[in-house]
Amino acid sequence: MAANNPGSLPAYAERLAWLEATDTESQAGQRGRRPSILAVRAWAAFWPKALAIVIVLAVWQLIHVSGWKKVIFPGPGATLANLWDQLQTGLLWHAIATTAGRAVIGFGLAVAIGAAIGALVSRIAPLRAAVGSLITGLQTMPSIAWFPFAIILFGITTTAILFVIVLGAAPSIANGLIAGVDYTPPLLLKAGKMMGLRRLSLYWHLILPASLPAFVAGMRQGWAFAWRSLMAGELLVIIANQPSLGVLLSTDQDQADMQSATAIIIVILALGIFVHTLFSVADRAIRRRWGLTGTV
Amino acid sequence: MSPVTVTDRPASAVGGSVQLSTVTKVFGRGSSAVRALDQISLEVPQGEFTCLIGASGCGKSTLLSLIAGLEQPTSGAVSVSGRVALMFQEPALFPWLTAAGNVEVALRAHGIGRAERRQRTAELIEAVHLGGFGGKRPHELSGGMRQRVALARALAQDADVLLMDEPFGALDAMTRDLLHDELDRVRAGRQLTIVFVTHNVREAVRLGDRVVVLSSRPGRVVDEFAVPIEHPRRIDSAPVAELAARITDRLREEMSGHGR
Repeated sequence: MAANNPGSLPAYAERLAWLEATDTESQAGQRGRRPSILAVRAWAAFWPKALAIVIVLAVWQLIHVSGWKKVIFPGPGATLANLWDQLQTGLLWHAIATTAGRAVIGFGLAVAIGAAIGALVSRIAPLRAAVGSLITGLQTMPSIAWFPFAIILFGITTTAILFVIVLGAAPSIANGLIAGVDYTPPLLLKAGKMMGLRRLSLYWHLILPASLPAFVAGMRQGWAFAWRSLMAGELLVIIANQPSLGVLLSTDQDQADMQSATAIIIVILALGIFVHTLFSVADRAIRRRWGLTGTV
Repeated sequence: MSPVTVTDRPASAVGGSVQLSTVTKVFGRGSSAVRALDQISLEVPQGEFTCLIGASGCGKSTLLSLIAGLEQPTSGAVSVSGRVALMFQEPALFPWLTAAGNVEVALRAHGIGRAERRQRTAELIEAVHLGGFGGKRPHELSGGMRQRVALARALAQDADVLLMDEPFGALDAMTRDLLHDELDRVRAGRQLTIVFVTHNVREAVRLGDRVVVLSSRPGRVVDEFAVPIEHPRRIDSAPVAELAARITDRLREEMSGHGR
């Protein structure tokens, strides 16, 4: 053995300890300040949103006061009162439950199908050549255009709505996964192969986790498409005795009930934003874990 | 600090030598072809620490890729006995895993069971002096600490041959100095054959049993120096500096000869 007893141990340990102390100093400092940072962050996240809501309400009230289409255009006060009343009834909650259930099932199917297609297409070169551009093409297709097709195929059923949700959302989800696989850093691939990861284990331990941020981004975009498809579907495919947000909105249109229509729109907007926020939280959590956030 | 615990491979395990015979590597074809390596012959016996040194473009990294089996030679033969691990200039850690997780994934790739994996991961983390940092993610560690995790991961592969591609090139002098000691220690308990690529002549003399000088474009072996300096060595000691100066002169000669 050429290398024997290098350096004296205490001196080495001492230098190491010093170096590590300097290295971790900044992190220790951050940990100490964490609670106050959390409060500051919560406030920083809250006030712009609150301000945005105040601005929207103010502009809305101004238009109302100005007297534009006064007869049919309700002010924020009347609309929010209407929303409050509807929230006391079972009908709105029933509708929300129906719509949310469809969203969960449709989006869940889209994630499963999109991920499966993405995984296959990213691994099999001929399949990618054949289907890759088709997926991107499908992504640009306005999903409402699928409804005549879906209604002829499945009739006025929930299946028709779910079918269009999947067609709307799955391409984005597949593309997200494909992008994630494509952008797996070559150096990590090299390291993975060197340590003996092959085929399935390479995929499972390296490529899939490396794709996670792009996959989540794809899911977020897919959700937006799914929610739009669902709303279009509920307005077009009206199933008797199955109140949904789309059905309520459609009824309001028939009865020219502007207050209720606006109230329902607010509900739809709120639900969409809520789910979008969930994805943002997931995205941020991943970035923080990976150290991809800029130090604030 | 506890003494270094080293899981040694059984003495019966053979392997750990590298042999290149008249290896040529050409990238591209026709007029745009680049001859990265030209008729390189090199033998690294088991247990030797060989440093490859040369100006940029001498195909040092290509040479390591050939030994690692990541690329095939255009002509000539590469033969390696034993398992090979490769360390890069960047730590190339998986950002979604902790330091310990990064070591463990290498053990998992070798099909080692959970209980043994846990134990060996802890040993390896300890062996590179990262006890207490196993739960940190790569971005929470300093550059030197990350490279030590990469070293632990390379050791986890239970390799006979360790290839190192300028592994300390991106570190500051103080940290690099520490990692040189680290490498000496880690090596002390194992039958590890090391091929270490660097452009830092003093580093090569500080670490290696032998320094091989490569020319650039195309890469050829132009000279080699034994390093008969006793361990422990210091990078700023007189014998190291003296030999480094001689090797630097030889490198300069080679480069100016090239500049005609």
